[in-house]
Amino acid sequence: MFENYSDSQVYLAIVLAPLIGSIIAGVFNAYISRAVAHTVTIAGVAISFILAMFVFKYFAFDGAQAYNETVYTWMVSDGIRFEVGFLIDNLTSMMLVVVSFVSLMVHLYTIGYMQEDPGYKRFFSYISLFTFSMYMLVMSNNFLQLFFGWEAVGLVSYLLIGFYYKKESAIFANMKAFIVNRVGDFGFILGIAGVLMVFNTLDYADVFAMANSKADLTIEIIPGDFLFGGEWSMMTVICILLFIGAMGKSAQVPLHVWLPDSMEGPTPISALIHAATMVTAGIFMVTRMSPLFELSETALSFILVIGAITALFMGFLGIIQNDIKRVVAYSTLSQLGYMTVALGASAYSAAVFHLMTHAFFKALLFLAAGSVIIGMHHVQDIRKMGGLKKYMPITYWTSLLGTLALIGFPGFSGFYSKDSIIEAVHASSIAGSDFAYYAVLAGVFITALYSLRLFFIVFHGEERMDHHTKEHLKESPWVVTVPLVLLAIPSVIIGGMTISSVLYGDYFNNVVIVQQAHDVLGHLKETYHGPLSMILHGITQAPFFLMVAGIATAWYLYMKNPELPAKIKGSFGLIYDILDNKYGFDTFNEKVIAGGTRGLGNIFSKFGDIMIIDGFVVNGSAKSVAWFSGIIRHVQTGYLYHYAFAMILGLIGLLALVIF
Amino acid sequence: MLTLTHFLVLGAILFSISLAGVFINRKNVIILLMCVELMLLAVNTNFIAFSHFLGDTAGQVFVFFILTVAAAEAAIGLAILVVLFRNKRTINVEELDTLKG
Amino acid sequence: METIVFYVFSAFMILSALMVITVHNPVRAAFFLVLTFFSSAAVWLLLEAEFLAIILIIVYVGAVMVLFLFVVMMLDVNLAELKKGFVKNLPLAVIVALAMFAMIFMVVGGEQFGVQNFAVPERHAADYSNVSALGQLLYTEYVYSFEIAAVILLVGIVAAISLTLRRRPNTRHQKVEDQVAVKGADRLRVVKVESQPRKHTIDNAEVKK
Repeated sequence: MFENYSDSQVYLAIVLAPLIGSIIAGVFNAYISRAVAHTVTIAGVAISFILAMFVFKYFAFDGAQAYNETVYTWMVSDGIRFEVGFLIDNLTSMMLVVVSFVSLMVHLYTIGYMQEDPGYKRFFSYISLFTFSMYMLVMSNNFLQLFFGWEAVGLVSYLLIGFYYKKESAIFANMKAFIVNRVGDFGFILGIAGVLMVFNTLDYADVFAMANSKADLTIEIIPGDFLFGGEWSMMTVICILLFIGAMGKSAQVPLHVWLPDSMEGPTPISALIHAATMVTAGIFMVTRMSPLFELSETALSFILVIGAITALFMGFLGIIQNDIKRVVAYSTLSQLGYMTVALGASAYSAAVFHLMTHAFFKALLFLAAGSVIIGMHHVQDIRKMGGLKKYMPITYWTSLLGTLALIGFPGFSGFYSKDSIIEAVHASSIAGSDFAYYAVLAGVFITALYSLRLFFIVFHGEERMDHHTKEHLKESPWVVTVPLVLLAIPSVIIGGMTISSVLYGDYFNNVVIVQQAHDVLGHLKETYHGPLSMILHGITQAPFFLMVAGIATAWYLYMKNPELPAKIKGSFGLIYDILDNKYGFDTFNEKVIAGGTRGLGNIFSKFGDIMIIDGFVVNGSAKSVAWFSGIIRHVQTGYLYHYAFAMILGLIGLLALVIF
Repeated sequence: MLTLTHFLVLGAILFSISLAGVFINRKNVIILLMCVELMLLAVNTNFIAFSHFLGDTAGQVFVFFILTVAAAEAAIGLAILVVLFRNKRTINVEELDTLKG
Repeated sequence: METIVFYVFSAFMILSALMVITVHNPVRAAFFLVLTFFSSAAVWLLLEAEFLAIILIIVYVGAVMVLFLFVVMMLDVNLAELKKGFVKNLPLAVIVALAMFAMIFMVVGGEQFGVQNFAVPERHAADYSNVSALGQLLYTEYVYSFEIAAVILLVGIVAAISLTLRRRPNTRHQKVEDQVAVKGADRLRVVKVESQPRKHTIDNAEVKK
């Protein structure tokens, strides 16, 4: 790639630059100033961003071959190699650019957002560490390193969500995120174990090469024919287990509950982790494993249905939220549902394409929300905002662009990716695709409704903030607005620019493997004639009308007739309650799962531990020994002749044994 | 004519008598010690009888060692007895039950 | 002739052994024990174990039995007390002893150890020395055991002494090592006293006033 430097040195530099920055800012926290902390971390991420751009150019434009090398062998056990290695191809290089760009923007933005926070240096250390973890995850060439990155990302997200560690709700949220992710990771590590069992190697290339030959293997999970018993396709089992991991990280129903709560963390990490990078890990992983997932239609249907449920029902929740960040969080959930639907429909390229465009506009929306929060002096309730347009023009216009991209307005990048997904699902014929199609279609209306609702309430209409806040209301400093502008640019143009090559070109050839029967994108390619014609085609289709309807509804409800929503709320009390309780997932988890676990624990504690182990085994054995020895001790009379008699009896017995 | 059996039976009788002595005397530890000496004597008689009839002098060597050990044992046993009497003012076996469980 | 000697001494032995366990006075029991050892030594002589027979008399009769008597007489034992319970224990003792004897007899009876299995050996010549034969074995093949036996005896002495040794707080002993190591300076202290003129009596008289 560069003269004088080998490829592996460049890739190592990408990974290690943010790690070094993180270590300096974290370990030497007490010895460096704030300026040094943000300089080293931003420099680290900037280096990796520049190198990532070169890598991207190297693969996307120079058409380099995929790089797959082992850097370090940790150990070899029973023929299985545990290694650290890099697999760099078109998918990885794209992820590198997305991650490093969003991360760099977030680093810059943090200077402004965290200005007054005492944990300034710690925060920079964490977000650099997070960037390192994400690099490890996407650059991995084996399942072990993937798992390392996966867990490291989970750990750093735990640290970041609980960044305000003195705030009780933040501690609760980070525990929740960590535990829910553990549930997913349990499935994930079982999936990896399944891969190891079947293929006897952890290396991607070896696994994918052998995948077809192992497609017919079956496994009996539970003996017998009832419930889940009987023979299962091994690939289905592995894929569903791996996807359960993805469900945890990418916040799919029912493991989505952690993401809205994770808004307890500072806004920059909401943009970095919960919009652009960490939650995309699951999407990335499934795309990377496409040769395996293609072998199991059952797993694909499962993914499709889960994704469709997430896309539609999480959107509903966005409509009733009043916390600015939570609205964006629910829209993230919904968009992740779209990506998952694309995965289920075997349109992996569309999923990654949406991942990329979403990363830009969702990071933009989060940072814009953060900018509003700065302006409002850390008030997050949208009922206390309104009419911010004239106070924060840059934030306003960038938010508008982000919102339009999110709802898929024709010409914006969100339009290309989301429309492609809807078309792909429409073209798909596997089980559940009809349901998924109508779910994502309805999702378009919902997305437009809640996005514009947020937008109208915050930036237009009546000014509802108090007098004191209004006096100080002004545009955020340049470190905040520059990232907004820089993110707004790709939010608008990146979709139209890249759709021809990424989605319908040969960008993902040899990376994503799709079987002929599932090749929905190949099907769509026949009717694709460039981005402009896609716009023209798009505005005659159902999604466009639904989107317009959503905008109109939002305008009518929140601009024209602001009293109406309250009335609707009154007349649909039951539905509102269901939505307000988030379908009862949290209640269910707390009552049934957490409560059940506690109850089970109490039962085990009472009966298992206190009664059986303490009472029966420990004290019981001691008591029985005491009781038995209480009886047996009477044998020990202390009289000499009794002992002698016992000896003689023994002697006579022995003699009798010998004689007879 | 004297056969091996004569001597062995003699030893057996001596052993049984001393065994009976252990059970009869529940009062006096000194007599118990004497009974133990008698038992050793019975065993020694057996050894010597075998030694003679097998033509192997090693049997007599064993008796030699048994005598040595028995002498030491008698000395220590009596010493213990003296200490016991000094502390408890009795040598009555029936009163010596401090090892009772 | 030998058979007669054997039966006579065996009878002595058994009778005196019975007496040992039945008499109530421990002094008499000790004397009967001596008689048992004597007859036993005679039986051993029949078995051509002359050295051991003599050792038995010297060590047991001469040393151990004297020790027994010594202890018996030293201890102030209430003889009347010791007589109780004799009849009560007798049946059990007889049963146990008979059972034991029956058992042993079944083993050592004529079938296994009779003359058909163990021929009566030839008598040794008149110049045969049992002592030298035993010595040959003891100082060659069994020399280590012999040394250990010596150590056991030493341990026996030390144990017996240390068990019975009693330190009374007020007894006075000679401390030989102190007496030997004493120096002249420890015994005699020379004090120098300045000579003074006697004071006038007038002074004393004045003081008295």
